[in-house]
Amino acid sequence: MEERWSTEHVLSLAPDAASLKAAGKLSGPAPWSGAGWGQGALWGECRGSGSTPYRTVVELGGPAYQCSCPSRKFPCKHALGLLLLWSGSPEAVPGGTVPPEWAAAWLAGRQKRAQKVSAPAAADPVAAARRAERRSARVAAGAQELCLRLADRIRQGLADPAAASAGWDQVAARMVDAQAPGLAARARELGSAGQESLLAEYALLHLLAAAYQRVGELPEPLAATVRARVGFTTDTAELLAGPTVRDQWLVLGRRDNADANLTTRRVWLHGTKTGRSALLLAFGRPGQAPDLPLPTGQLLEAELAFHPSARPLRAVIGARYGTPGTARTLPSGLSPTAGLAAYGEAVADDPWVESWPVVLAGVVPVPGRPDWYLTDGQHALPIRDTGEDARWRLAAVSGGRPVTVFGECGHRGFTPVTVWDESGKATGVSG
Amino acid sequence: MSSEHLSSAHVSGEHVSGEHVSSEDPWAQLQSTALLGTDRRPLPALSGSPAFTAAAAAVAGQDPATGLLELAALATVRRRAGLLPARAPQAARPAAVDLRPVLPEAAASRLGVLLAGRATGGGQANLAELLPQWLAEARARGYRPPAALVPALLDTARARSELRGDVVALAGPLGRWLAEHNPQWRYVLRTVGGDSPAEGERIWQEGLFAERVTHLTRLRRTDPAAALTLLAGTWSTERAEDRLLFLDALQEGLGAADEPFLETALDDRSKNVRATAAELLSSLPGSALGRRMADRALAAVRLADDGRRLLVAPPTACDTAMQRDGIAPSSPTGRGQRAWWLGELLAATPLSTWTSAFGLTPTQLLALPVADETEDATDATDATTDAADAVGSSDQWREELREAWARAAVRQHDADWARVLLGPAPRGARVSPGAPAKLLAVLPPPERAAWTAAFLRSHGLGDAFQLLGACATPWTPPLSTAVVAALERAAASGSYPWSHSGVLGLTERSLAPATAPAVEALATDAAPDTAWSETFARLAGTLRFRAAMLAELE
Repeated sequence: MEERWSTEHVLSLAPDAASLKAAGKLSGPAPWSGAGWGQGALWGECRGSGSTPYRTVVELGGPAYQCSCPSRKFPCKHALGLLLLWSGSPEAVPGGTVPPEWAAAWLAGRQKRAQKVSAPAAADPVAAARRAERRSARVAAGAQELCLRLADRIRQGLADPAAASAGWDQVAARMVDAQAPGLAARARELGSAGQESLLAEYALLHLLAAAYQRVGELPEPLAATVRARVGFTTDTAELLAGPTVRDQWLVLGRRDNADANLTTRRVWLHGTKTGRSALLLAFGRPGQAPDLPLPTGQLLEAELAFHPSARPLRAVIGARYGTPGTARTLPSGLSPTAGLAAYGEAVADDPWVESWPVVLAGVVPVPGRPDWYLTDGQHALPIRDTGEDARWRLAAVSGGRPVTVFGECGHRGFTPVTVWDESGKATGVSG
Repeated sequence: MSSEHLSSAHVSGEHVSGEHVSSEDPWAQLQSTALLGTDRRPLPALSGSPAFTAAAAAVAGQDPATGLLELAALATVRRRAGLLPARAPQAARPAAVDLRPVLPEAAASRLGVLLAGRATGGGQANLAELLPQWLAEARARGYRPPAALVPALLDTARARSELRGDVVALAGPLGRWLAEHNPQWRYVLRTVGGDSPAEGERIWQEGLFAERVTHLTRLRRTDPAAALTLLAGTWSTERAEDRLLFLDALQEGLGAADEPFLETALDDRSKNVRATAAELLSSLPGSALGRRMADRALAAVRLADDGRRLLVAPPTACDTAMQRDGIAPSSPTGRGQRAWWLGELLAATPLSTWTSAFGLTPTQLLALPVADETEDATDATDATTDAADAVGSSDQWREELREAWARAAVRQHDADWARVLLGPAPRGARVSPGAPAKLLAVLPPPERAAWTAAFLRSHGLGDAFQLLGACATPWTPPLSTAVVAALERAAASGSYPWSHSGVLGLTERSLAPATAPAVEALATDAAPDTAWSETFARLAGTLRFRAAMLAELE
């Protein structure tokens, strides 16, 4: 029997704050009738303003949602409300029941579609090669232009901060035109970089653009790193067709970053047999939750395919095996010194890496004004990019005693994602 | 060559730390050249490690700006790859160990929902209403909340001060530890301060007014004498309106030891303080004020020689002694002076005065006809004749007596008198709900519920709000059933739910969860898509939620 999801898990599926609010109103038993769950699905009928109730089904495995309402949000407020009801009021959604016909029909149709293997579109290899060649040339031209612009600024000096950070938006737009989104993003960030990090950021961007101009001469793993950082992507299907790593992966934590146009979800995994770290990314448009519902602490047997790199981390998930379990023990971890050394090793392979996923064990969060630290009593890492609420949650779980913390360790400090209390219970502390 | 430390100064991006960066450091040299620009300053001849010297040679002869960028990239990567952690800061001592059992899993996620109900601001007003119940229940059962939820708990009680007592108790030692580190939660330290005398003294001397009242009230519960000492210590320097409320707090744990202090308060500068002191003394069994009142009362009301009537001779003046004992010389509502004095006098007289002086039970006393002393000349041997011939003033005196005894019963928490004064729940005639609600509050909870249920059966919801408010929660099953039946009648009579919104709000919080099926039946039977069907459906939902919420805390 599957477990009911936690409320936090359900909340994380919400596409936006408005949906969350609307779903909150539907999370009580009042509007629902015929709600039930079983056979990996959840269903119910929600009375709205019209005469016919909306019929809502959630397939929990995907998860996938179906609702007869006209909303274009996904999942809609009814699906979210039903999930909240199921998670928060077990008495209102009896388990072990058989779906009614209307729900069963959709579920059956979904399974059938899933079995159908989509035939890959016939590709024209000659045309594709020509396209790739054209793009390489454009990116190389863009990279050359970027090198010149960076050198120009150095000639004039960075002393005037307004001048040093002006104009990079236009440069970024030119890099987008040159089909080099990675260069564009870094160029845009120069516009807001602080005086102290400005020279470092100039230098690393210059290093990247220069490296791309001679990418053919680089050893292959480094060349792959450069291409990925410049903005070339590899298709998921193509990656999965290549070598994969099968392991029992432990979900160490996740973080969602939302801006006006896109929600990015990062999920970090740790291979319990191989010891490898992996980062999965999923994106959601506004009104759509990133489709990567892996709760922290889950153990899943799966194949991962890593994006090629001198320091592979980003991966895509392929075949999964069996039913996911739940980790009952704390992940093992490092000291702050060893954690920072792990980042140092990553930098040696990939000069552009900002941080590396690390589990720290036996560290105490120390609140401070302004800087918080994680310390093992000998050494300490400053806590960075973590909001007020998350920091206090971290402090509360610790209560001044050593805890295990997963996060990103980098040159700016440590950004916590998950903390485990002494009983092994995980709490998200990102944001 | 030094590795660099990941210290706050160095990574904050504010300024270059002087600690590890000497003028010989390649990074510093590159940085200062970059600031001025290679047009103005030549690329420095880098000293330092052999790697840098070699790299510098490799870029020599190139465009100096490009060379500088390449050397800066090398220096950046070198710095990042070789970072060392900062020195450990002084860690605070950990929170005291909390030995209470942790909340059951389901209750913990329920708490998350209740707290998030506030955070998401959705239209779930009933979640906010249910949180206090949940907190009180969880506290009573001695659970420890999951640590990760304690910050959200503390935030909630920061905004809703009525929750602080329960929240601070629940949060326990972790809550105090967090409050020591986060000034936004300072109130926790003040709320729990009463636990140590020194901290209590500090709150009393420096705290905000509300915190001082809370502290005084809490201390009265555990150590009334200590609380009195605290109050007496600063009494003469307190403002009049503060003195009034501090005095009010003495109701908690009132006892004979308080009498001397209250007697001096009868001479207070403030009229309201004097009146409150008198009221407290009048509810204090065996007080000197009670005896003085009894003397006056027995002079004003006596049993006729035949033992079958009460004769009333209201005071003819309000002397200074009476005024000192809290009787105002004139009525605020402009009633006749003698009647006003009599009412005030009787309300402050210990009820035992009557039963012991006349040898009658409350029931017998209340059944007696009442006559004016001056009319006693008219010979009335026959009780029925007497009632029929009674002049208006006698009837009035009887009402005055009842009214004053009712006030005395409420003030003295006398259940025997309250029961007799209330009588069985009235049928038919409309009653004014104020006085019964106060008298009800004196009765034991089961009696209160039974009386109110009987009232609802004959009167419906119309005047029931205050009565229901006086009943203990959750309501007993019979009272709950009576409320549901009254709601059903209200729905059938075509009234609107919002005209009963006060009662409905109480009902959501107080109705016995066992009543949920009956309410659901009402929701099903009500005409669909009407205000009543929605009201009943929401009520049923709330009841189920409450039942599940309390069951999880078992």
